[in-house]
Amino acid sequence: MTDGRPAIVAAGLRKRFGEKVALDGLDLEVPAGTVLGLLGPNGAGKTTAVSILTTLLRADGGRAEVAGLDVAAHAPEVRARIGLTGQTDAIDEILSGRQNLELFGRLHHLSPRESKRRAAELLEQFGLTEAGDRQAKGYSGGMKRRLDLAVSFITAPQVLFLDEPTTGQDPRNRMEVWSVVRELVAGGTTVLLTTHYLDEADQLADKISVVDRGRVIAEGTPDALKRRLGASQVDLVLRDDDGVTAAAGILARVSDAEPVVDRSRRSVSAPVHDRVASLTEVLQAVQAAGVAVEDVALRQPTLDDVFLQLTGSRADGGEADPTPDDAEEVAA
Amino acid sequence: MSSLRWTISDTLTLTKRDLLHWRYEPSRIAWTLAFPVMSILLFGYVFGSAIVVPGGEDYREYLMPGLFVMAAAFGITETLFGIAMDTERGITNRLRAMPMSRVAILGGGCVAAMINAVVNFVVMIAMGLVVGWSWHDGIVNALLAVLLLLLLRFSVLWIGIWTGLQIRSIETAGNVSGLLFPFTMISSIFVSPSQMPGWLQTIAEWNPLSSTVGAARELFGNGGPASDSWVAQHAIEMAIVWPLVLTAIFAPLAVRKYQAMSK
Ligand SMILES: Nc1ncnc2c1ncn2[C@@H]1O[C@H](COP(=O)(O)OP(=O)(O)OP(=O)(O)O)[C@@H](O)[C@H]1O
Ligand SMILES: [Mg+2]
Repeated sequence: MTDGRPAIVAAGLRKRFGEKVALDGLDLEVPAGTVLGLLGPNGAGKTTAVSILTTLLRADGGRAEVAGLDVAAHAPEVRARIGLTGQTDAIDEILSGRQNLELFGRLHHLSPRESKRRAAELLEQFGLTEAGDRQAKGYSGGMKRRLDLAVSFITAPQVLFLDEPTTGQDPRNRMEVWSVVRELVAGGTTVLLTTHYLDEADQLADKISVVDRGRVIAEGTPDALKRRLGASQVDLVLRDDDGVTAAAGILARVSDAEPVVDRSRRSVSAPVHDRVASLTEVLQAVQAAGVAVEDVALRQPTLDDVFLQLTGSRADGGEADPTPDDAEEVAA
Repeated sequence: MSSLRWTISDTLTLTKRDLLHWRYEPSRIAWTLAFPVMSILLFGYVFGSAIVVPGGEDYREYLMPGLFVMAAAFGITETLFGIAMDTERGITNRLRAMPMSRVAILGGGCVAAMINAVVNFVVMIAMGLVVGWSWHDGIVNALLAVLLLLLLRFSVLWIGIWTGLQIRSIETAGNVSGLLFPFTMISSIFVSPSQMPGWLQTIAEWNPLSSTVGAARELFGNGGPASDSWVAQHAIEMAIVWPLVLTAIFAPLAVRKYQAMSK
């Protein structure tokens, strides 16, 4: 992958399951040696996209290339160049960690000796040497996840697909997984990672694509996506439901963007451009309207804000309409 | 290496995986054996004295070929759970995303299941000898009977793969296994269909399991035909035809179902 061609290309990918449209013209492009974070709510189509790119599913339309090879026409060659860690720990829990690595090494067509050597190496690299000869079902969640990652790294793949690699992991395990992924990326691997955790994408990804209902609705670097929201984020926590409605109206006027409303927490937040001036304007309006405020904050926007901003209106029950304007490229 | 050699090598690798499972968890083998063994005790000793066998033979002698067939039928649970587990855990997808032989993903389980079946039959035959069962028509006929049992087991395997790919969940695998019970009861495994009401007798006699039971009884010399109906009179032929037909139906279905995973 030295010719500068992207390691992953998806162009207008389409996939439907019966009536349900899972991918509706998905476009991705991941330069070799970089990490793309695929963000999106449940059912956005992330796993479907990964399944197509890893040859598990055939697309109904569009084109997908991995490592310069068309995934439909060259599935076996693609399989030899990729690693996949899915949403579940795809390891054989009856076997030991070492036996898992040797088994999958053999199935990757390493010789018996080579797969033994590689297993020992990976156990070491993923901090599993001590537990290597115990049955994997006795492993902690973090250890299973690391073993799962180790398996997808047996042949040091050119392109690695990680579908929610840290879902269900405690904070320490998540950081362990992150550091392992960073190591792999430092070695030149291209990574496509799906996640619900925006801090994870922030930590690992060079670029983020936000997916909703089967298409990319925004993309850019984590910073550019955050900048898009404006300089700061105003959060208001109200005392009652009527207050929430009133505050949402006020924030909608001050901000360029639709405020994100969380009724269970009685909070409203929206991005603003002039930090103090905007905050003052909001508070004056709130006071004039006689709305009881419980708490107020002015803070840096996080990727969560981006995420909710882009996909959130649906959570309110309204029909979000990702117009072409919405999908504009944020960063070059 | 040629692709055929990879297919064989990958199949053996996955067979070894299943064999390792048994080493770690012998309870899995014990479980597939538990049912036939309990049946020997329950039917052979508890109910046995109350059941009248058409030819007047000893009931345990009559029962054993039925229990061999029962074991072949219950072998399906191993396949169902194996496939459900691998699909639920994502192991099947992991294998499908690897540069290994596609055929081997199913083939490994098949070879392991057949090895399991041979071990099962050996243990059961030993159990049978302990409780006084034996073959009376020479070792060649006895081996032919075992071959027919393995042939039946082979067809059951493909039914299991197809069903397993259909259900894909461990919970459903448990429920489906429960359906096996009536299927084994309405056959000549435990009692002669001639003692059943007319319509049930027809169903029981045409049950593929009954043909293998009849063939095994004949070849082991454990009792004559269940009745003078055509299908009972041609038990050995039908014990060859039925499994071949079932395999011819379910093996392509299973392969199709497996390929449809990428749809
Ligand atoms: N095999 C399938 N059969 C039917 N519908 C499916 C199938 N796989 C996915 N879908 C549907 O397609 C849509 C996209 O699913 P997908 O699993 O790709 O979403 P996702 O972004 O990975 O979600 P999550 O974050 O929950 O993992 C969903 O509405 C899902 O219900
Ligand atoms: Mg998913």
